[in-house]
Amino acid sequence: MSNAVDSGHRLAHEMGFISRLRRIAAMRETALVLIILALFIAMSFASPYFLTWLNMRAMAMAFAVEGIVVVGMCVLLISGGIDLSVGSIVTFSMVLAGWLFLQGVDPWTASAIAIVACAAVGAAMGYCVTKIGLHHFIVSLAFMVIFRGVCLLITQGRPLGLFTLPAEFKFIGQGSIGAIPVVIILFFVIVVAFDFLLRRSTVFRKVFYTGSNEKAAAYSGIRTKKVIFLSTVLCSTMCGIAGVIYMARFSSAPPYFGLGMELNVIAAVVIGGASLQGGTGTILGAILGVILLSVVTSSLALLDVSSYWQDIIRGSILLIAVIFDHYMNKKKAAS
Amino acid sequence: MCSQTLLKISKVSKSFGATKALKAVDFDLLKGEIHALAGENGAGKSTLMNIIDGILQPDSGDIYINEEKVTISSPAEAQKLGIGFVHQEIALCPDISVAENIFMAQTNASKSLLMNYSNLHDRAREVFAKLSPIDPATMVRELSISNQQLVEIAKALTLDCQILILDEPTAALTEKEAQILFGIMKSLAATGISIIYISHRMVEIFDNCDRVSVFRDGAHITTDFVKDITPDDVVNSMVGRVITDLYPPKQTTEEKSEEIIFEACNYNETSWFRDISFALKKGEILGFSGLIGAGRSEIAKGICGLEGDVTGELKLDNVTLSINSYQDSIANGIVYLSEDRKGDGVFLDMSIAANISALDVDRVSTSAGFIDKDQELSQARELGDRLNLKRGHITHSVSSLSGGNQQKVAIAKMLSIKPRIIFLDEPTRGVDVGAKSEIHKILRDLSREGVGIIVISSELPELIGLCDRVLVIREGTIGGEVTGDAMTEENIMHLASIAQSDPILMQTAQGGRA
Repeated sequence: MSNAVDSGHRLAHEMGFISRLRRIAAMRETALVLIILALFIAMSFASPYFLTWLNMRAMAMAFAVEGIVVVGMCVLLISGGIDLSVGSIVTFSMVLAGWLFLQGVDPWTASAIAIVACAAVGAAMGYCVTKIGLHHFIVSLAFMVIFRGVCLLITQGRPLGLFTLPAEFKFIGQGSIGAIPVVIILFFVIVVAFDFLLRRSTVFRKVFYTGSNEKAAAYSGIRTKKVIFLSTVLCSTMCGIAGVIYMARFSSAPPYFGLGMELNVIAAVVIGGASLQGGTGTILGAILGVILLSVVTSSLALLDVSSYWQDIIRGSILLIAVIFDHYMNKKKAAS
Repeated sequence: MCSQTLLKISKVSKSFGATKALKAVDFDLLKGEIHALAGENGAGKSTLMNIIDGILQPDSGDIYINEEKVTISSPAEAQKLGIGFVHQEIALCPDISVAENIFMAQTNASKSLLMNYSNLHDRAREVFAKLSPIDPATMVRELSISNQQLVEIAKALTLDCQILILDEPTAALTEKEAQILFGIMKSLAATGISIIYISHRMVEIFDNCDRVSVFRDGAHITTDFVKDITPDDVVNSMVGRVITDLYPPKQTTEEKSEEIIFEACNYNETSWFRDISFALKKGEILGFSGLIGAGRSEIAKGICGLEGDVTGELKLDNVTLSINSYQDSIANGIVYLSEDRKGDGVFLDMSIAANISALDVDRVSTSAGFIDKDQELSQARELGDRLNLKRGHITHSVSSLSGGNQQKVAIAKMLSIKPRIIFLDEPTRGVDVGAKSEIHKILRDLSREGVGIIVISSELPELIGLCDRVLVIREGTIGGEVTGDAMTEENIMHLASIAQSDPILMQTAQGGRA
């Protein structure tokens, strides 16, 4: 009994309000929220259009679908992997579902097939990595190129026009519930679910163990190959889901969609605090990363900054985030 | 021995943030002496050596070489001054040859455009002639850890140095290789080279060194000629208190039980070991001894289903088990603590609590598969307190702990599943004297509670002090067993190193068993 009281006291002490506040203040997510808020305030003075419902909605739509891919990439980076093929796989999903629809398949079935096909592509990559023993980077680079080719092959190089998609299906990408677009609701549900799972579920804890130290994880009885395999499959599956939503949103499936998406997605996850060495990262951070990039892009457009500048600025943000991390880690190691 | 002072450190201080790593330290090194440096981890030895090697800069204080004040701004500068440093951690390039590794510095400094490989190999062979027969053309990755350590030493020997710093060079060496190294150290000293020798092993210090300096909490405590003092004096200065019992008391006669809790029968593995059978009795601590590469760790890993193509029969509490993977092993409460703590023992960047629950996260989870944070934290606190873990917040990362406390986290991880049998591979490697003694006591307490403890160690005094019985592994088989008064370093070394084809020696060794 006295033991329980003891540990209760200690708990109260350790989780004291001040120390909890301090921990929250030290978190990466807090810094990102503050930066985004500062941008919001600055932009609302700089441009009368910025804080309008229309602009907010457009910005949210811009990052929502990509945000789903970010969730998958975040898990994969934590496990210690990386996937350069996301842009191609998203497009593959769009193109495959669209082509099946044009062949007369019901769009829901077509979408389900496309998502499963993407999962299978992920499984193939996972097989190359865990069974053959190749590196994620190279495997996904190869798949990125291969599946861009597959998309071109399916579409014969021309965008597939899908204006005949039924309204119920287009609703996923274009409709709203109340004032809120369905896309944003979907995004929100996926993000909240995965953020919670990543923080609390035992399954995703194993992803952290594996990414943090694969050998120590194996020596703790964790089937690390399986964890890496499933993380790879998850990332590709999220691409599949995102692709289907994009198709519903645009009523079209262009084979050259999503070029350079992988860089944007990886940048967002890293800005959100994940490490390419694996073992660290949060969904919330990654999503804040993608929001930050999106707000910056939108702000630059509103400020009439030449689009040539946008890449330079976004790249610099990534560089600053990484340099910041580097010094924080050094400081931590020295203390 | 000539008594001219070669290196003199005067009032050197160094702080990292708020931590004072060195507090106005004095130190002097005579020409041609072997000077041992002893102290617990964090005592300031490494900081001082890093200052001498130019890796770190002192905040204040002076360094003199041959009575001339010097500033050592970088390792390259240190090399020019004739200082060579063999680090404890191996820092070789695995994919290039031994010779190229040894002469990396010279190649870097060389003005010629092309590599002269045959010259490199000849010179490397010359160095190894004194050391150990390693082919200079071998890729470093193909060498065993002990041979890699020898390459590190060879590398330092080729530098034309007057001061050689060796940081725990024997940690990964076999007894025989260590003796060869001591021979080389002595001949180098005889030619006037001064050696600073860092070690935790009192025997090595007292057998091979001229003087010993003890550091504690960043301060220089004493420097004595080893002939004037005893190992106990050194240990007491290191910890700053008198350690009466280095090891916990062993099983008493009354405590001895014939009840067998764990039995391994006829274990074989295709390349590492064969005919391994042994039993563990309730309440005893069993030791595995043997030379590095004899198969000690492989046997433990094989039994736990971690590694290898293994056959054999296992009984726990007289029930036959079938173990095909480490997952099976954990489910039956048989766990293995790795010898390589940082490499595969702990998750350095994860929290103490998450480390401790890694072996079976389900224990601190709800049935739906979600981690119960409160339960995870309280489990970590409870086990941490039990092992006297010195820590900050339980959610801080393991990298914030000292080596000894990291090892306690690794042990707490084992205890989290309430194990029946624990294999501990080098449980106190790189752990300071105080924490070492605590870990030994924990192991003894566990064995009293009925947990089967099997300790693998290269440190003979540890096995002899801690274990009730020691099995000696030789070339993948059990070469013999020692217990009671027969547990001496000589008997164990004998069993570990003699060839089976030498019947007379075998008999003597067997005789030592009785």
